[in-house]
Amino acid sequence: MVAFIIRRLLQAVLVMMAVGFVAFSLFAYVGDPVAIMLGQDFTEEARMRLVRDLGLDQPFFVQYFNFLVKAAQGEFGISYRLARPVSDLLMERLPATLELSLCAALLALLVGVPMGVYTGLNRDSFLSRLMLTVSLVGVSLPTFLIGILLILVFSVLLGWLPSFGRGTTVALGWWTTGFLTPTGLRALILPSITLALFQLTLIMRLVRSEMLEVLRTDYIKFARARGLSNRAINFGHALKNTLVPVITITGLQLGGIIAFAIVTETVFQWPGMGFLFIQSVSAADVPVMAAYLILIAFFFVLINLVVDLLYYAVDPRLRVDRGAAGGH
Amino acid sequence: MDKLSNRPLLEVKNLRVEFPTRRGTLVAVDDISFSIQPGEVLGVVGESGAGKSLTGAAIIGLLEPPGRVAGGEILLDGQRIDNLPYEKMRRIRGKEIGAVFQDPLTSLNPLYTVGRQLTETILTHLDMSESEARARAIGLLQDVGIPAPERRIDHYPHQFSGGMRQRVVIALALCANPRLIVADEPTTALDVSIQAQIITLIKRLCREHGTAVMLVTHDMGVIAETADRVAVMYAGRIAEIGPVRDVIQRAKHPYTEGLMGSIPKLGNAPARLAQIDGAMPRLTAIPKGCAFNPRCTKRFTPCTQLRPDPIPVGATDVACWLYDQTKKAAAE
Repeated sequence: MVAFIIRRLLQAVLVMMAVGFVAFSLFAYVGDPVAIMLGQDFTEEARMRLVRDLGLDQPFFVQYFNFLVKAAQGEFGISYRLARPVSDLLMERLPATLELSLCAALLALLVGVPMGVYTGLNRDSFLSRLMLTVSLVGVSLPTFLIGILLILVFSVLLGWLPSFGRGTTVALGWWTTGFLTPTGLRALILPSITLALFQLTLIMRLVRSEMLEVLRTDYIKFARARGLSNRAINFGHALKNTLVPVITITGLQLGGIIAFAIVTETVFQWPGMGFLFIQSVSAADVPVMAAYLILIAFFFVLINLVVDLLYYAVDPRLRVDRGAAGGH
Repeated sequence: MDKLSNRPLLEVKNLRVEFPTRRGTLVAVDDISFSIQPGEVLGVVGESGAGKSLTGAAIIGLLEPPGRVAGGEILLDGQRIDNLPYEKMRRIRGKEIGAVFQDPLTSLNPLYTVGRQLTETILTHLDMSESEARARAIGLLQDVGIPAPERRIDHYPHQFSGGMRQRVVIALALCANPRLIVADEPTTALDVSIQAQIITLIKRLCREHGTAVMLVTHDMGVIAETADRVAVMYAGRIAEIGPVRDVIQRAKHPYTEGLMGSIPKLGNAPARLAQIDGAMPRLTAIPKGCAFNPRCTKRFTPCTQLRPDPIPVGATDVACWLYDQTKKAAAE
């Protein structure tokens, strides 16, 4: 178990170094920071000094190493566009994105899993067919279109919910939250639904097909032959056996939710990291882009680690040392 | 037990199991009748597709849809159980009728300890506290011959070997002390040496608990070893049913004779084994008259025309025109 975690952590470090390399390459190949920072008029002497100050005269690998060391300390330099430390910018935006992603993920899970179980158990009912048909819409409509449609209906036509922004937020230390004010909560609804819809339908379809698969297994038949109640069979035995694939996909999707909040945040002018990233791309603000890239990669790595640990919690076959198991 | 033995524990009367398909209805079990006395072991043999497993599934009320009981009755202790609503039948399954399936490797839920699966079954059927149920579970594991049950109860299925898992499955079937166990090929998936152990175990437990067993298998050896009576099934019908010794030593139905001829005997000169030519008909193409007639060496006129019903011949019941004196006389 400990060896497993250590192995995974080492892998995570390698992944982060690779992502760091890509992020670092942005500096080298997207624009020339010296030219950007010096502006129009400069002396050759000033240019040389800046190159030396930025460490650009040093060999490639030394620069890369320095970049990694600074990145590990949370230092990503100064934004070209806003002339503020990138880490400050990201930290300001992080809560907005994480709160939105959390709401979307919870919505997708809390609605998607029960719907998947229902459609798996009542394969031929009218409601199941309806859910499956409607879920096709969720899978096939692009996120931005869903967002715009929701704004049209609930903000423009009905006027019930705000169409942009986070509403009023409350600062808890450096974390700003929208959970504590009515406007903040109302502002969360539409973006959360937009972001969750695709994941929700995906989870529902996944749980459904896994349920159908598990319900056909011998141990479910045997559980019926033992006279267990339907509730115990469906939720105790069947659902738990669908969890491993569901955890895998959900974990990956959670990373996706955080990363692809970009579109939703842009549609709803949500002051999160994704929106910041889009603005930075259009301004070729390389430090912000690089830092965003690394941060998102970090989330993915972290989530994958949690997913792996959850496997252990769910499936006892992984927990036992190899070799101790008798006869397969 | 003597008082009870007048009335059979299980009675199957004219049971018919059908599968509606797009190309018409398939009759997988066709009008079969038999009974099991309390504490008796009834073996059911036949080739794959003869309907023996479906009969077992019909008795525990777990036919896979679209299969359904289309006719006849199943009575447990004189009570009809084939037409009970799901919830009522559920309370009989596991409590009155236990089941053992073929593959012990897939019969247990891999995510729960065997202890949890045992106590769950016990608590479903018996009024007990958690700790009583656990004590009973340990006792059951001990009963089925699992060493160190106090420790093993908290192990997961994958930590047991195949034979041990089948023992756990048997313990699960015995949780509520059922009066009948339907064992569907309980030894087929196991090594030969383990098979013998499991058969001995089933025999011993049934004797100790007075449990009747319907033992479905295609292994005549297992039947000879275990059963009191045996039913030979062919193409959804019972060809011959009677005390195991009579059926094995004085087989009457030509199909049973063929079956016995195909079993190697120890001690005899290594002659070529007898075999029955041809194959069992598919359900879509069951021949008119006796289903066995195209393969039968003793076929005569009525066999291709009329379906024989089981008639008593000595200690056994045989579904064969050879034993119908009037038909026989008419043919001669």
